Amino acid sequence: MAAVTGCGSNTGREGAGGNVSGDKPALSQWYHQYGEAGTQQAVERYAEEYPDATVSVQWSPGDYDKKTAAALLTDGGPDVFEYGNGPSIDMIKGGQVADLSDLLGDARSDFTPSLLERVTYQGKLYAIPQATDMQLLVYRKSLLQQAGVQPPQTVDELLAAAKKLTTDDVKGLFVGNDGGVGILGGPALWSAGADYLTQDGRFGFDTPAVAESLRKLRELFSSKALLLGAPTDWSDPSAFTQGLTAMQFTGLWTLPQIQKAFGDDFGVLPWPKLDASTGAPSVPVGAYSASVSTKSSNVDAAKKFVKWLWVDQTDKQLDWAQSYGFHIPARKSLAEKADKLKSGPAADAVRFVNEHGHAQTPLLWTPKSGTAYSDALNRIVKSGSDPATELKAVKAVVEAELKRIAG
Amino acid sequence: MSSPAPLGARLRGRHDRNLWFAVFVGPFVLGLLVFVYVPIVWSVVLSFFDARNTVTPTDFVGLGNYLDMLRDAAFRSSLLTFVVFAVFIVPTTFVVSLGLALMVHRTRFAQTFFRSVFFLPTACSYVVASLVWKLSIFNGVRFGLANTVLGWFGAEPVPWLSVTQPPWYWLVIVTARMWLQAGFYMILFLAGLQRIAPSLYEAAAIDGATGWKVLRYLTLPQLRATSTAVLLLLLINAFQAFDEFYNLLASDGQYPPYARPPLVYLYYAALGQGQDFGHGSAGAVLLTLLIALVALVQGRFLGLGRRED
Repeated sequence: MAAVTGCGSNTGREGAGGNVSGDKPALSQWYHQYGEAGTQQAVERYAEEYPDATVSVQWSPGDYDKKTAAALLTDGGPDVFEYGNGPSIDMIKGGQVADLSDLLGDARSDFTPSLLERVTYQGKLYAIPQATDMQLLVYRKSLLQQAGVQPPQTVDELLAAAKKLTTDDVKGLFVGNDGGVGILGGPALWSAGADYLTQDGRFGFDTPAVAESLRKLRELFSSKALLLGAPTDWSDPSAFTQGLTAMQFTGLWTLPQIQKAFGDDFGVLPWPKLDASTGAPSVPVGAYSASVSTKSSNVDAAKKFVKWLWVDQTDKQLDWAQSYGFHIPARKSLAEKADKLKSGPAADAVRFVNEHGHAQTPLLWTPKSGTAYSDALNRIVKSGSDPATELKAVKAVVEAELKRIAG
Repeated sequence: MSSPAPLGARLRGRHDRNLWFAVFVGPFVLGLLVFVYVPIVWSVVLSFFDARNTVTPTDFVGLGNYLDMLRDAAFRSSLLTFVVFAVFIVPTTFVVSLGLALMVHRTRFAQTFFRSVFFLPTACSYVVASLVWKLSIFNGVRFGLANTVLGWFGAEPVPWLSVTQPPWYWLVIVTARMWLQAGFYMILFLAGLQRIAPSLYEAAAIDGATGWKVLRYLTLPQLRATSTAVLLLLLINAFQAFDEFYNLLASDGQYPPYARPPLVYLYYAALGQGQDFGHGSAGAVLLTLLIALVALVQGRFLGLGRRED
């Protein structure tokens, strides 16, 4: 790491670049590997354009989250890094990430509030959202028409539609090779009018409606209308674009590929509400967010870089969200400028984020709580365990975790 | 020879033997210390601390982590998963590799070729084999290899890795590992077979023993030492199962609880986003003790290391 001296006062961007002095701090910035072509070159270009430090980009394929979490324990970790939905509560409590509260300034009101809330703990901000992602249901219009099926508005309608759309060659619905255990945990709760945690931070889904909602997932799994064991998983549109399934729960980022394959022949929906009287439609919303490691040898320079890239450089943020795949800019003013999001299914998706969006998981939802819920979902969906009993076990784990965090 | 050699020369030894010993062995000893012994000791230390998101903890919890792990239903069920796995994999690999060894040993035609063919999978990585199994042989759609074969008989495609009733995932996991390791154990058995003196077989033939009887009363008893070693290795390897489970069954951020052997569980506890090194280390120590115990009991039971009579 280069020496730090002399940079403190060098706040102005010199525009010309090029002839900067040799004592610029060196920063390393980590990203996970994005699927869209051109993303790596884009972030490398952004880093090169930063005048006040030499920023080297590390682009990591594979298990990025675990690699980063481990690297943060050492001096060899990143100075600046992105993390899915922001740093975990234990990273924050363990003092591994720097307080970024002072970076937003006037721009604070321009960031999507739910995203900021997800990365705020006890009033302090620990990450800057880079772009919004969401998951939603995509369906093939022509296949639904052929089968005489309307786009489903409730879970029962979804189930009936999936069954009707299933033929010898095409399954009705794809929600991941694990039968939705990985991605439908949240939607199943919101669909039943519940949430992970209540407003005052207690366990939020010990209700009969949630048990019913989980039972529906089991019904879906055993209906033979679900595509299971596809070569690619839910986050990739291949199963849908190759015609293995008529509907798929997937990410907003897949829309360009779907559009290329089907043109106008597809529509998007949120995960439907449980039934006519219960719950609401929902879409999970998340964001990769930039954090600064407290083990960085130059926390101030790293913070300045984060402010430059993810707060000041709005044109780069728009480029990042729009030029490679489909993401919604994390700032409201930029989302309004994003041309690709103004029409068709993409415009519907943006509307869903505003009307039905939920943070993927709350900050206080620890990995241990997550594992307990996902284990329960596995047993309910795949083996037919009783939802009410399983939920009780999850509640015990979550309450112990909440107590540990509070203590 | 009258005056004693200088200290440097004595340290180097005759013909610089000590020096060369240090040059060749030193780096490995250093590597062993840095990458094996220090982490093991550190892990034991961590197991007595509350070590979340840190490897230099300050919060001593005594045996708390150990008690937590023993009370943890998920950890206990991971041990049960191991038992199920071992019950599947140990006898089948044993029988298959012994069968292969007997076949290859007896064949007079292209013996080296067959030996190589059966041994080759050992060189393949578990990750690669898992991906081949998952993506092309046992995927759940109509055009997967296994499902294509089933389709010839008019059967529905089976989502091998997605269902628990029936638990087809065991078939996928066990066949992957068997394919990978049977060749290695075959070589061990072959070595054992080659040590049996031909005169024993000749004597048996004169006594009128044939086929099955030769195997039962001559070959198997003579292979006893090899079999014992193979069983022990199989069991310890099964305890360490990780790669094929992880690569066949992990999906986006989650892992099913029904096929989570101890190492996978500990990996998620300690190295997942949880970064809970205290509990993870305590689990690892418990697992090590358990493996040592099983090895000791098995050794006593089967007579490992006992001098052959």
